[in-house]
Amino acid sequence: MYDVIILGSGPAGYTAALYTSRAFLKTLVLTGKEAGGQLTTTSDVENYPGFPKGIQGPELMEEMKKQVERFGTEIRLETVVSLQSSVVSLGEKNFIIKTESNKYQGKSVIIASGASAKYLGLPSEQRLMGKGVSACATCDGFFFKGKEVVVIGGGDTAMEEGTFLTRFATKVTIIHRREDFRASPIMLDRAKKNPKILFLTNKIVTEVLGETSVTGVKLKDVKTNNEEEFATQGFFLAIGHKPNTDFLKGIIDLDPKGYIYVKGIKTPHDAHTQTNVPGVFAAGDCVDFKYRQAVVAAGMGCMAAMDAQRWLEEQKL
Amino acid sequence: MHITVTDQDFDSQVIRSDKPVLVDFWAVWCSPCRIQNPILEDLDKDLGENGVIAKLNVDENPNTAMKFGVMSIPTLMLFKGGEVIKQWIGVQSKETLKSEFDKLV
Repeated sequence: MYDVIILGSGPAGYTAALYTSRAFLKTLVLTGKEAGGQLTTTSDVENYPGFPKGIQGPELMEEMKKQVERFGTEIRLETVVSLQSSVVSLGEKNFIIKTESNKYQGKSVIIASGASAKYLGLPSEQRLMGKGVSACATCDGFFFKGKEVVVIGGGDTAMEEGTFLTRFATKVTIIHRREDFRASPIMLDRAKKNPKILFLTNKIVTEVLGETSVTGVKLKDVKTNNEEEFATQGFFLAIGHKPNTDFLKGIIDLDPKGYIYVKGIKTPHDAHTQTNVPGVFAAGDCVDFKYRQAVVAAGMGCMAAMDAQRWLEEQKL
Repeated sequence: MHITVTDQDFDSQVIRSDKPVLVDFWAVWCSPCRIQNPILEDLDKDLGENGVIAKLNVDENPNTAMKFGVMSIPTLMLFKGGEVIKQWIGVQSKETLKSEFDKLV
């Protein structure tokens, strides 16, 4: 039996674990499929305080992991498939968490399952996954040395991935469904000044082409409805993220997009990170649809840990 | 058994092996590969003499990676009798991999 079981191992999960294990609560972290979270797929992190020269995303997560291990947190590379609460004996409740291979019991739970890159949802895209279709330029860019690639999206991620890919690819085309870009001026400017980057606007992708690997995309112009084929060997997605909360449906209250509802602070006694189920708290990108920053996730992880600690004390668990 | 394979000895170590071989296409800069690594070590202990886990660094051995169309890592390919029986892209759990080995043993 654990005092706290934390689902997720990004900045929110590890910060929560740091606080609970430092408070002598028996803590288990179930990392999920992407151990270390989204930062492990980025390169330079320049906006996490305390690192004046910046730090590599994977390295930052390694450091966070070491810090929680120092206080005795147990870390397992497992992915949760279900969460349920059960009444064990009279009035005593705990949570049962099932992974693909094991079952764990905890007195409280902190959900920090984060978000994952979104795909367009085309069957052809699914079929060519890892065969030219990718949602992680830093992971897969290497395989596109001397090739031509496209990046789908119009935000900061699209600009960052596009710029990064010019290290390998001879030509990077950023395809966006609108005329205007959501990307911040500095990122857009950096991409626009790069001679290897071209832009196609007002185009949506209707199909990814290729038998055994990507050979092109089918594009539709949103203004004229004209369809055309565009040759490319790599297809990189940068169209945003989706919270990893599918396994919580029916148990934890979610908003229409899948983000977890938390209580918020209205009086000094409220637990901000409390979900609809007492004893279950949530933090990070699975809750936060607005800021989505590592440092915000870390801050919420700390709040969830303190909320859980207080709740356990109140319940005398 | 945990071995390292290269472009040069891929044929003798993997293609002509009499045991099922799981090839792990990886690179130093691939952070998900670092996550996959301890899972493979754990799987290796479970397999004992019934299978081989072969690590192939795609940076140092681009020919084999290209030959098998690897465009994302980690890619894991299970070989038996010189044929690719199954392949996975992205980090896989020990259970997923073990169940495929069990079918072959």
